[in-house]
This record gives sequence, structure tokens and C-alpha cells, in this order.
Amino acid sequence: MSVDKSTVTRIAQLARIDVPEHEADELAEELNNILGWVEQLNEVDTEGVVPMSSGMPGAELRQRQDQITEQDNRDLILINAPESRDGFILVPKVIE
Amino acid sequence: MAALTELTIAEARDGLSRKEFSAKELTEAHIKKMESTRILNAYVLETPERALEDAIASDLRRGNNEIGSLEGIPVGIKDLFCTEGFRTTACSHILDEFVPPYESYVTARMRAAGSVMLGKTNLDEFAMGSSNETSYFGAVRNPWAPSGTDQILVPGGSSGGSASAVAAGLCLGATGTDTGGSIRQPASFCGIVGMKPTYGRCSRWGIIAFASSLDQAGPMTRTVRDSAIMLGAMAGFDPHDSTSSKHVVPDFEDSLGKGIKGLKIGIPAEYRSGGIDPEISGLWEKGSKWLKDQGAQIIDITLPQTKYALPTYYIIAPAEASSNLARYDGMRYGLRVNGSDLTETYMKTRAEGFGPEVRRRIMIGTYVLSAGYYDAYYLKAQKVRRLISEDFETAFKSVDAILTPTSPTPAFELGSKSDDLIAMYLNDVFTVPASLAGLPAISVPCGLSSNGLPLGLQIITPAFDEITLFRVGEALENAAGWSPRPVGAQV
Repeated sequence: MSVDKSTVTRIAQLARIDVPEHEADELAEELNNILGWVEQLNEVDTEGVVPMSSGMPGAELRQRQDQITEQDNRDLILINAPESRDGFILVPKVIE
Repeated sequence: MAALTELTIAEARDGLSRKEFSAKELTEAHIKKMESTRILNAYVLETPERALEDAIASDLRRGNNEIGSLEGIPVGIKDLFCTEGFRTTACSHILDEFVPPYESYVTARMRAAGSVMLGKTNLDEFAMGSSNETSYFGAVRNPWAPSGTDQILVPGGSSGGSASAVAAGLCLGATGTDTGGSIRQPASFCGIVGMKPTYGRCSRWGIIAFASSLDQAGPMTRTVRDSAIMLGAMAGFDPHDSTSSKHVVPDFEDSLGKGIKGLKIGIPAEYRSGGIDPEISGLWEKGSKWLKDQGAQIIDITLPQTKYALPTYYIIAPAEASSNLARYDGMRYGLRVNGSDLTETYMKTRAEGFGPEVRRRIMIGTYVLSAGYYDAYYLKAQKVRRLISEDFETAFKSVDAILTPTSPTPAFELGSKSDDLIAMYLNDVFTVPASLAGLPAISVPCGLSSNGLPLGLQIITPAFDEITLFRVGEALENAAGWSPRPVGAQV
């Protein structure tokens, strides 16, 4: 599988990262290098192997009670907001 | 007596308890050293006022006989740990001037144990790198230089600032995080001890996420004993992290001084192949002889899937990173670069906020998770990960610990590998397998290369057996008989 310029543009759109036209070719080459290298995994017979998705075999994810655990810390959160007004974070218009 | 910045944590602890010096004096010596050694770029934020405040409070507690396990010990904190009220950036522009409203669980535990925070240490952006060259705050220098030269070397990465700071005496110990080798490889490059605990030992809560099924915090120190002391303060169950382990935290320091007689040490054949520096394979043989001389039994073992660990890692880690880093959208915190609409604002913010390596990994991760490629790449990698983990399970039926080199080369010159991605990734060839299996591993400095650079050996043990890890580590350290201090032009 080989990544071309249009695939780079599609991935960039999915990843929400602006890739300028003049960088797309170079990026395609870099991604192809990496993907070509990881494709050696195809040599491994994984028939019937259960995928490992946890950090350790057998590790289980706990679930917590569905309860509110946070205090009202609105003012603390707003300190880091790029823009805020009247206790709200200001964001670009979402609905036309 | 040695300079206060040359002490080990254990020595400082003894000196403090004998009242030879106060925590305030110990901290002032470190602040001075930190300020006079800025050329290393090890710290991205110095917090001397906070350090003095912590130290004075520690001296008061000591006066009341309230003494924690890190009481009065000045430490550096990797800038991936959220520190309440102190800028935390992951060394990325996208977090800009982010000031966390809360403290990471690990650093909160350390503080409760009496530690003194000197500042935040440099790292590769979002911990993605093996040389600390991808930091938004610039590269870190290794305090070591090759004999007779003034060449500038990388400290390794991603915990390069922590490693450099510990090696050069800018703190007595520092926190690191390890996803594929980010504690162990820089420890090897800088001649210090770097330890990655079992996955789940240390809470990930409040540590900026890179690849959540691999990320694990651990101590970076000058000795194995210091590593055991510091891990004791960092480890423990945290309900905030769904993967935090309820395993009992033993007294790690208590495991030391007991020798290794009768332990079975495995030497994996597959780690011999490919690209290994002859000096490093020589040291590896020496290390196994050292252990044999102390009564351990050396056994040849095989870990057949070893060569697939790195490509597996470079699918799984970017995939998890692309999901974790989706949160940086410029809306609630950090950098925002305005575009003509919402999507363009997202895209411009992320293009400007992330550096090239982070962008590349997000793109790779997005690709391998995208429709049509998920099974071929991501699912395949998860299956190979299982096989790698099973290799270790099989090996640990016949051995107690595994000995390998930490890194295929000593520290390299700044800028020398930044153009070759795969060459850079190969730095982690020996550290990544234990990461994928979630196993504890430690790098111990064991010797110098012919041009005077530190080299480390790695030990890997079964899950939650850090006790054996420290025992074997101590045996190597004793045999090396060497207390490495940086030699070179940088300090």
C-alpha cells in the first residue's frame, strides 16, 4: 500500500492538521518510508491470535461509579481558555 | 564531604537526618547549580521560590519528626507531569502557557513524601523522540562529551532533560516517563539509572498522555538504591487511573543488599543481531560474567518475535497518540490560531501548534486507524504485540530476569540522526519489547566506551517483580564498581 499526495490530503483532513500543498509530497514520502518499514509485520503468522489491547496481558479496566467527583472549578478552568467571557469559553461560531 | 549536589538520595537522606545540613541548604546548592548550568537546557521552567518554600516546610516537618521517604530531597519533574499552578507544556507549542489547575498523582505522592520541586525538565515534544531534539524549547545537551573533544551530544530521549539534570547534579533525582524507552535510553546515554516500572505501578493521572497502553512513569537517579527509594514514593493505587494496579507496593529498598545467588538470568539470542556496537556487545558479555561471578546462573533464551517489536510499536504508539492528541483543538486551553471557520481554526491551530515529528506520528496513527487500513495495520500490530508478550511469558518460565544492552549505540552528536527517521527509531530496539509487554525494566550504567561515553545494560523481569529487578541492578552496579560522573566540556 502506498500513500500518494491525495491520501496525505485526506489523512490531514481527518487528523485536522493543515498540510500546505508544497509539504504534501515530502510528507507522502516520509509516511511511505515508515509504512513500508512496518509492513514487515506481514511476515508474522497471526492466525487465531487474540489482539492485545491492554497495557499488560490480563489487565482489566475498572469502571467507576457514575457520580460527580469534581468540585465547581469553573474559574480555574477559565484561566487557560484562549478566550472567555461571562464565565464561558468563547469558541468560533459552530452553527450557521 | 562531597558537594551537596554530588550526593546520592540515600546519602542526602542520611546527611539530613544527622543534621549535617538542612533541606534549605541542600536546595539552595541545587538552585545555584541549576542556574549556573543553564547551557544544558535541562530545565524548561525553574521554580526556585517553590523549591525554597518546599525546603523550609520540610525542615519544619523534620523538626516535628514527621519524615517522609523523600523528605527534603530536591527533584526535577519532567514537563509532562501536571503541576498545580506551574506551567506544564509537554514541550509543545500547542499547550502554550498552560497552567494546570491540578497536580498529577505521582508528583502529589512525591510531594507528600517530602520532596522539593526544583523545576520542570525538558523533553521531546509530547515525549515523541529519542534525542530530546524535538522539544519546542530547544535541544538538551548531554553533560558528557567524547574524550578530548568538545562535541555536543544528545542526552537521549524523551526524558532527556531529566537525564541530563540528574547526571550533571542539577537535582538528586528526577521523574521520567517511558513509552518505548524514554527513561532507559536517556539514562544509558547520560550514565545514570533509569527505571520503567510494571505498567500500572504508577498512576498515569495528570501525566500528559502519549500512548496510554504503554505510558508509564518512573524514577531517574544516580544509583539503584535511589531508584528503589524514589519508586517507593511514586508507586501506588490511584482510583483516578482505570489501569492503576492494586498490587501491593513492597519496600523496594528492602530488597537490596541480599545478593543474587541462585537467580537465573536469561540472555536472549535475538538481541545479538543487527547494528549492535561491538563495544556494547562486549559490555553485555562482561555484565553476564559479573552476574555469574556473584552466583547467578546464566541461561541462553530465545525471544523469537524481537525483530517485530519496533514496527509493532510504530503502529500502536502513533495510533494511540492520534486519538489522545485529538483533544488539542485550540478551544478550551493552549494555542488557538484563528481561521475563517471552525474547521480551519482546528487545522491551523494543530498545524502551528505541533512540531514535525508529532504531526507525522498523528498522521501515521490516523492512517492506520482509518477505514480500510485498521485490520491490516492496527489489528495486525495488536496481534503481534500479543506474541511478543507471550515470548516473555515463555522465557520467564525458565529465568528470573533477562539481561540485554539498553541501547545499540552510545550517545550521538546533536543533529546527526535527525534526518533519518528509521535510524532514530532504531535507538529503542532493545527497550520497546518490554514496553509492549508492560514489563518492568531498568538501565544501569556499566562502563565507558573507548571514547569515554557511558554505556548501560538493561534488566527485564516479570510483571510486578521490581524486587528482582533492583537486586540484579545492584549486582551490576557493584560489579561495575563505578560511580559515573560526567566528563567533558559541558559542565
